[in-house]
Amino acid sequence: MTETKDFNENITGSPLVKRGLADMLKGGVIMDVVTPEQAKIAEDAGAVAVMALERVPADIRAQGGVARMSDPDMIEGIIDAVSIPVMAKARIGHFVEAQILEALKVDYIDESEVLSPADYVNHIDKQGFKVPFVCGATNLGEALRRIAEGAAMIRSKGEAGTGDVSEATKHIRTIKTQIAELQALYAVSPDLLYVKAKELAAPYDIVLEVARTGKLPVVLFTAGGVATPADAAMMMQLGADGVFVGSGIFKSGNPEARAKAIVKATAQFEDPMAVADASRGLGEAMVGINVADLPAPHRLAERGW
Amino acid sequence: MSESHLSGTGKTVGVLALQGGVSEHAETLRGLGAEVVLVKKAEQLQGLDALVLPGGESSTIDRLTRILGVRDALKSAISGGLPTLGTCAGLIMLAREIDDPAPGQQSLGVLDISVGRNAFGSQVDSAEALLEWRTPAGEVLPVKTAFIRAPRVSSVGEGVEVTARYRGEIVGVRAGNVIGISFHPELTGDTTVHEELLGLA
Repeated sequence: MTETKDFNENITGSPLVKRGLADMLKGGVIMDVVTPEQAKIAEDAGAVAVMALERVPADIRAQGGVARMSDPDMIEGIIDAVSIPVMAKARIGHFVEAQILEALKVDYIDESEVLSPADYVNHIDKQGFKVPFVCGATNLGEALRRIAEGAAMIRSKGEAGTGDVSEATKHIRTIKTQIAELQALYAVSPDLLYVKAKELAAPYDIVLEVARTGKLPVVLFTAGGVATPADAAMMMQLGADGVFVGSGIFKSGNPEARAKAIVKATAQFEDPMAVADASRGLGEAMVGINVADLPAPHRLAERGW
Repeated sequence: MSESHLSGTGKTVGVLALQGGVSEHAETLRGLGAEVVLVKKAEQLQGLDALVLPGGESSTIDRLTRILGVRDALKSAISGGLPTLGTCAGLIMLAREIDDPAPGQQSLGVLDISVGRNAFGSQVDSAEALLEWRTPAGEVLPVKTAFIRAPRVSSVGEGVEVTARYRGEIVGVRAGNVIGISFHPELTGDTTVHEELLGLA
C-alpha cells in the first residue's frame, strides 16, 4: 500500500465551508420534526436534513405565546436519532440561543421569523460563528443584508404554518426577478449599481457580485406553505435550489407517504408525470389557512429587517 | 492556451444529478473543456466518456437511485469500466460496504473499500485543508480542498491504492478506472483530481 501523509493544515468555520454544506443540500427537502421518531421518518423518506423544533409553525400559530429555541434535550435527542444534518432555530437577534445551538453541535442554525423575535433592530452577527446560518428573506435586499451578516444560506420566507403557498411563490419570484434586474443593469449601465445598492439597503460589493454572476453567492431554498408534491415542484421550477417543508408533512394524514412523495417530486420537478405519480393516494393534506385571512400582526414573514 | 489543450476537450462527462453539489462539478468539468450531461435517467449513461458521483446527502441519493431506476445502470456502467470519480456522498455510493448506513441505505458496491459516514464530526468540524495527492505516476501533488461532514475510508481491499490521507485517515483511493475521495475539490476550484479522471476517459 502506498503511503501519503497530510499537511495537517485545516481551517474550520470559513465561508467556503459554511456555504459548502448548503451546496450539498441542493435538490433536497429539509423537514420540520418535533420528535426523534419524526426525524427517523424524515430520514427514511429521503430528507437531506431535518429541522428540530418543539412546535411546528402551524401549532405555534394555533397556540400563540412567545416561541423560543427548543429544549437542548429535545435537540440532542434528534441529533442522536439520525445520521443526516440537523438544523435548529434561534430567535431573530438572539445570539445566546445561537451560541447554545453551536455548543450543541447542530449542523445549521435557522435564525427564524417563525420564533418570536428577540431584537427588533439587529439580527445575529453570524460572521463570528463556526456553525453556518440560514436566514429568511422576502426580497433581494433582505437576502443580501443577511448574507452581509454572515448567512451561508437563504430561504425565501413564504408564510409558515399556513399550507398556503402563495407567499412562498411571491418571495421566490421577487428575489429571482430582482436578481435578473441587477444582471440586466450590469450589462448596460453598471454605474447605476451604486444607487441600486442604496435602494436595496445592501452593501455595494455584494450587489455587484450578484449583478455580475446573476445569482446569490449562497444557496437559495424556499419555505413557508409548501404542502404538496406539486407545491415543491413549482418552487423548484421557479428556481429554488431546494425546499423546506414545515407543518406540511407531519400535519397531514399520512406523513410517511407525503414525505417520500415530496422528496420524489423535488428531484423530478421537471417531469409532470413523475410529479403526478408522486401526488397519488397521499390522503389529506394539512388543512391550511389562507394568508389573506390572516390579520397583519399574525404574518410571520413581516418579521426581520 | 487553446481549447484543444484542455484535458476535457472532446470528452463527454456525466454528473449524476439527483441531489447535491451537481453544478460545481459541472462548472469544473466545463472549465476543463468537457461536455457535461446531467444524468437523471439510466439512458443518459449511454455514450459517456466518464462519470462523476457528486457530494450530497448519501442516504437521499441512494434512495433516489432506486426510486428513479438508475441504480442497476450505474452499477453496470461503473463495473464495465466507465472512468468514475465519486466525491463525499459519491465515495459512499461506490463503496462495497458502509460501516454505519442510515436505515435501509445501500451502496453500489463497485469499489472494494468500506467507509464510515460523518467520520470527522459535525458541521462545526468541517474544514478547508491542503492535502498531498499521489498520482498514478507516483508523483505527489498538493490539492487544496474542503471536507464537509466528510466520510473516511475504514478499510481497503487488494488492488485499491491509497491516494490521500487527512488526520490519519484514508480519504482518497484509486482502483482501475475508479477514483473515490472524501473531499470536495469542486468547491475550491482545484482541478487536479478532475484532470486525472479526464485522463482516464
